[in-house]
Amino acid sequence: MNAAAPAIIAEGLTKRFQTFTAVDHLDLRIEKGEIAGFIGPNGAGKSTTIRMLCGLLRPSEGHALVAGFDVGQQPEAVREHIGYMSQKFSLYGDLTVRENLRFFGGIYRVARSDMEERTRFAITMAGLQGREDALVRTLAGGWKQRLALGCAILHRPPILFLDEPTSGVEPEARRRFWDLIHDLAAGGVTILVSTHYMDEAEYCNRIALIDRGRLVAMGTPGQLRSRHLGGDLFEISCTPLGAAGQALKDAPGVIDAAIFGDKLHVVLVPGGLDSTTLPGFLQDHGISVQAMRTVAPSLEDVFVQMVSGHHGEQGAP
Amino acid sequence: MNIRRIFALAYKETLQIWRDPRSLAIALLMPLMQMTLLGYGVSLDIKHVPVCVYDQENNQQTRGIIGDIVSSGWFSISRTLTRQVGIRHAMDRGDCIAAIVIPANFSRRLASTGSAPVQAILDATDVNTTNIAIGYLQGAIGEINAGIDAQWAAAHGIQPSQIGQVDLVQSTWFNETLDSRNFIIPGVVAVILALVGAQLTSLTIAREWERGTMEQLISTPVTALEVMLGKLIPYFVVGLVDAVFCLAAAAWWFKVPFRGSIMTLFVTTALFILVVLDIGYLISVRIRSQLGASQVALLITLLPTTLLSGYTFPIDQMPAPIRALTFIVYPRYYVTILRAIFLKGSGLADLWAPSLGLLIYAVIVIWLAARAFQKRLD
Ligand SMILES: Nc1ncnc2c1ncn2[C@@H]1O[C@H](COP(=O)(O)OP(=O)(O)OP(=O)(O)O)[C@@H](O)[C@H]1O
Ligand SMILES: [Mg+2]
Repeated sequence: MNAAAPAIIAEGLTKRFQTFTAVDHLDLRIEKGEIAGFIGPNGAGKSTTIRMLCGLLRPSEGHALVAGFDVGQQPEAVREHIGYMSQKFSLYGDLTVRENLRFFGGIYRVARSDMEERTRFAITMAGLQGREDALVRTLAGGWKQRLALGCAILHRPPILFLDEPTSGVEPEARRRFWDLIHDLAAGGVTILVSTHYMDEAEYCNRIALIDRGRLVAMGTPGQLRSRHLGGDLFEISCTPLGAAGQALKDAPGVIDAAIFGDKLHVVLVPGGLDSTTLPGFLQDHGISVQAMRTVAPSLEDVFVQMVSGHHGEQGAP
Repeated sequence: MNIRRIFALAYKETLQIWRDPRSLAIALLMPLMQMTLLGYGVSLDIKHVPVCVYDQENNQQTRGIIGDIVSSGWFSISRTLTRQVGIRHAMDRGDCIAAIVIPANFSRRLASTGSAPVQAILDATDVNTTNIAIGYLQGAIGEINAGIDAQWAAAHGIQPSQIGQVDLVQSTWFNETLDSRNFIIPGVVAVILALVGAQLTSLTIAREWERGTMEQLISTPVTALEVMLGKLIPYFVVGLVDAVFCLAAAAWWFKVPFRGSIMTLFVTTALFILVVLDIGYLISVRIRSQLGASQVALLITLLPTTLLSGYTFPIDQMPAPIRALTFIVYPRYYVTILRAIFLKGSGLADLWAPSLGLLIYAVIVIWLAARAFQKRLD
């Protein structure tokens, strides 16, 4: 595997189930050591994409390389290099913590001399010291998920696929889980993690927003914010709001002006009005301006608008 | 193929079997219960029992008697012999299950003493057929006697009731007591092991699909053959314990005489267990739900096994197309093997044909199961 080559590349990756297209010509490029987030609503195609990248589903069209191996042609070589946590909890509930670790250690052929240390590491990581002999089905969600992560990384895979690892886990445990993901990435592991918690997007280096099988947007959280709005967002307190909105609609440099609660949200692009000239412009129209400040949109706002906008396009004849 | 992975799978599977004591108890006690339920067989009508004829006198009268026996419709002559030793050979080969011997002095004795013996030698391995054959022979001889009586009375001018007749002297080989249980019970053991064995493994893959653990397992570099071997090893032990229970019940509870060697019994039984477990495993791989797999396992083992394994319905009494069908009913090989080991004391050398049948079966099913196990979700 070339050191500079991306860990994961997908080109036109498509999965059809009979006539239904679950993943539609997806292009991805994920560099080594990145934490890439898959964000999207239910049924967007996140799991289907991850399963194709793990060699568990055959792509209907397109191809993907994971660790340099083609997922359709060389699934066994791919499996040697990945760790996978499926969306559904998949450890053996009728085995204890230690027995599950021993089982996956055997399956992955972890050297016996390393087993002791790695088992201890996984138990510590999951916070399960003292509960090594508890049956896994008796553990609470957060512990189960951390243990599943521990099992998936026993063989030190360079690439890790985590499918909604934090779903159904309480917020405190979710934060702990993301700390673990960051620790692993710091150690050089490439991680592709899916979630439908929008707030978790902030924890990723890069985000792929997926909706109805298509890649809607991909970039760093900062990039997505500004690319989506196409400019900078300002919040203006002024009266009367309605007249201000009307006045700004056709003003130069304004690409959007909308009433948001008792304030006005305006998106400005360079070349027209800016933060210094805008208050004067409004006052010329007989509007009194009390305050104006820049605001950062939350990623959640961005995604909600992108996804709903996308639906609008699709719905149009 | 990696021993470490097979061991990891076998260990995991063993723990899971052990942690589910109710299922384990059922797996171990069910066969014994079924043994007591199925321990008593049914008998059925048969036709065209293959017989060998050794007519030492071979004159018009003796040929007439043989013709009368055949025309009864119950028998068909498969061979006409000229030497006594031919009987043993013919029976060993399965050419006949009864031999009719007419002594050299038959006509003279009948004429002088008014009574002469016809000997019937019966292969009582298949006691059902044997019992029925004896009944038919007695019936046929009875009619011959009635005919002779009438002729004799007419010739001598005396009452038919005072005269002599043809006596049927029977001797049974291989199962001297003619106890039908000796014949049925080894068959019952084979049928039960076939049913229970397929049930044991039919759930093992389906359970992992239903619980979601299979998706994790197939994302690892484990191979289809490793999964199969790892999973079969613990069930093989359970299956052997079941076999020991059933065979011990056959020998001590049902008192079937055991004349063979333990070693032969072990080797052939292990082979049979391997086949039945792998059939269940193959079903489990193909059908990803536990309920479905268990029902299919029951369906495809129960009917063929009870109807076509020869455990109650003798295979050589079946019409030719059905008889051909029995070759794919794997329990028939073990039914044959068990009867031969128990009643005839046959060794592996005698049993090479049915053993080879099982071996071929094992290889094919293992190959099919390994191929059917796809490490894909679609
Ligand atoms: N085996 C299958 N056969 C038919 N349709 C399928 C199959 N697997 C998934 N789908 C469909 O494909 C679409 C995408 O499913 P997928 O599980 O990839 O979504 P997801 O983004 O992971 O959603 P979630 O957040 O609910 O996990 C869904 O509409 C789903 O119903
Ligand atoms: Mg999913």
